[in-house]
Amino acid sequence: MSYTTTAHHDAHEDHPSGIMRWLTTTNHKDIGTMYLIFALIMFMVGGSMIMLVRAELFQPGMQLVQPEFFNQLIGVHALIMIFMALMPAATGFANWMLPLQIGAPDMALPRLNNWGFWLLPPAAILLTLPYILALFGIGDGAIATGWTFYAPLSVQGGIGVDFAIFAVHLLGISSVMGSINVIVTIFNMRAPGMTLMKMPMFAWGWLITAFLLIATIPVLAGAVTMLLTDRHFGTHFFDAAGGGDPIMFQHLFWFFGHPEVYILLLPVWGFMPQILQTFARKPMYGYKVQVYSLWAIGALSVVVWAHHFFTVGMPVPALLYFMYSTMAISIPLAVLFYCWIATIWRGSMSFETPMLFAVGWIILFGIGGLTGLVLADVAADAQYHHTYFVVAHFHYTLFAGGIMGIMAGVYYWLPKMTGHMYNEKLGKLHFWLTAISFNLTFIPQFFLGLAGMPRRIPDYALQFSEFNMISSIAAFVLGAAQLLFVYNIISCARGGKKATDQVWEGAQGLEWTLPSPPPYHSFTEQPVVK
Amino acid sequence: MAAVNQTWADKRRQENRQLGLKLLWIVAASILFVFSLVPLYDLLCKVTGLNGKTDGVASLENARVDMSRMVNVEFTSSVMPGLGWNFYPKQPSIQVRPGQIETVLFVAKNITNQVVAGQAVPSVSPGKASSYFKKIECFCFERQELQPGETREMPLRFYVSPDMPDDVRVVTLSYAFYSAIEPAK
Repeated sequence: MSYTTTAHHDAHEDHPSGIMRWLTTTNHKDIGTMYLIFALIMFMVGGSMIMLVRAELFQPGMQLVQPEFFNQLIGVHALIMIFMALMPAATGFANWMLPLQIGAPDMALPRLNNWGFWLLPPAAILLTLPYILALFGIGDGAIATGWTFYAPLSVQGGIGVDFAIFAVHLLGISSVMGSINVIVTIFNMRAPGMTLMKMPMFAWGWLITAFLLIATIPVLAGAVTMLLTDRHFGTHFFDAAGGGDPIMFQHLFWFFGHPEVYILLLPVWGFMPQILQTFARKPMYGYKVQVYSLWAIGALSVVVWAHHFFTVGMPVPALLYFMYSTMAISIPLAVLFYCWIATIWRGSMSFETPMLFAVGWIILFGIGGLTGLVLADVAADAQYHHTYFVVAHFHYTLFAGGIMGIMAGVYYWLPKMTGHMYNEKLGKLHFWLTAISFNLTFIPQFFLGLAGMPRRIPDYALQFSEFNMISSIAAFVLGAAQLLFVYNIISCARGGKKATDQVWEGAQGLEWTLPSPPPYHSFTEQPVVK
Repeated sequence: MAAVNQTWADKRRQENRQLGLKLLWIVAASILFVFSLVPLYDLLCKVTGLNGKTDGVASLENARVDMSRMVNVEFTSSVMPGLGWNFYPKQPSIQVRPGQIETVLFVAKNITNQVVAGQAVPSVSPGKASSYFKKIECFCFERQELQPGETREMPLRFYVSPDMPDDVRVVTLSYAFYSAIEPAK
């Protein structure tokens, strides 16, 4: 049925079939699908790594793995989750939904788009290959420095560090290409009549993310390149013996690393108000002020980096500056929170799975934000730094704020993308299992951190046993619950109740005017926005 | 109609390409920025005393002695992994008058059976005292080479500038000895 609308474009339908279709495709929906599937696979891979970590931490003492292998697991877990699960998932949504939401026939630079995706699988292989090489006695495994690559540890590390450096280069090129594509698409391809201030919020969130990416990814690429030359070509950027400074690495890394946090979250802050307004059946509250807040957060995010290493030693004025500027971010973020709450305030709410995830997300992400405010306090941070409190904090922001946000988006748009409704009961079960086991995993870690348990250590003192056991059991439930998610997505892609064009009663925006699933080429005649 | 559509699509494609290439300038600027941060960071450390980086060789001029106060100068030492040396200051701390030139000794012993070269890297704490800590002669100015089993007493001649703010009563000088890097040929 959908093909009748594009029958006169037969020439374009003539794409290769089988694997060549996916290798050579420049269609934004195909590429978006590949990004999302890749993200889901890597989410499960990164998740299984941390299951092993939690199994080791189930009891004090060393049971399952060697400390070196433990160190590799935590670092690769983080790199995979950040660069290969969260970022590709957000890019997948951008590919699928941006053209549909702004009434464009495709992304602006389709071939660049194809290239951007196909750099990801080689990067994933590069990052994880050292594990396999180690099995054959080559090298000593993957990168074991944690995801932060801190010098001098990373200068002394094994071949895993080199593999990770090249993986980061590929991922960086991929993200920069994806971001350029998003910016050009948003600036040049909007439907007639859609001014910037009429754009869907998702486009705003992604636009700011894209600018942050092209400004900060080269900084990371530069820093790891210096690391590479320090390791192999006799430079001493981070070697104190040669006049360099290892602390400079921390500055360079976090100059990228802090904006990265917002790079991961801004796309979610973009589509979340759309989900909230759909299920509250009310217009979005404070569109303009949300846009300004997104810009304010994007701008502030590049000037607060040093709060990640307060304890490394800094002059007091620098400490004060980074503390106050970090805390200042909570002002525009609080504005966003009020707008999200005001959007659903007194709405005619219904709680389908996307809405459950969205409301759970507001609460849990709120906890992540508030605990961040605690860490931003220089005096308090001296105690919390490098403890499990930090681990719990950034999982509230990145798992609850990032991954659970993405899950809301998946359930929200899955009927549009596949043309079928997913299993609602299973979706709700997935939400409740995820939300409850997530809290049971990480609330104990707040207490562990307050009690002084350091992160990134495979063994711990006896008094931490009970909380670690609770945390590990809950983590296993959390991991198992994600199998429901995978099953639900696969069964939805294969069949199920037909989805209507609008899918959700309160859904608004151009993507909901198209059939579900949308035709392979959509908006060949540009829609006009009044 | 089809022809009109075609030119429109071509124009659009060209515009997209142009904007895409323009955005690459941001990427280029960003790469330039990260490498310029290396000298900028050094400069910042020098200006603010961040990391306790000290200046090189100090001259002997205007060495008036401030008799009104004493400063406690403490010495600490560490040997970084990869260097088979023992290394310690002969005296844990001394009392000095600002402006008074003092000489202290550090002892290094090569406990390996090979000729080993090391490089000492100084750091002064608190950071704001670092620019007032003047070294006239120091073993850290050049790499030190020790024969197998050799012990060497190495002098440090320094003074604390009388201009140092008088709320600083204790200055800690720390030396980390690194395995020396082969000089570039």
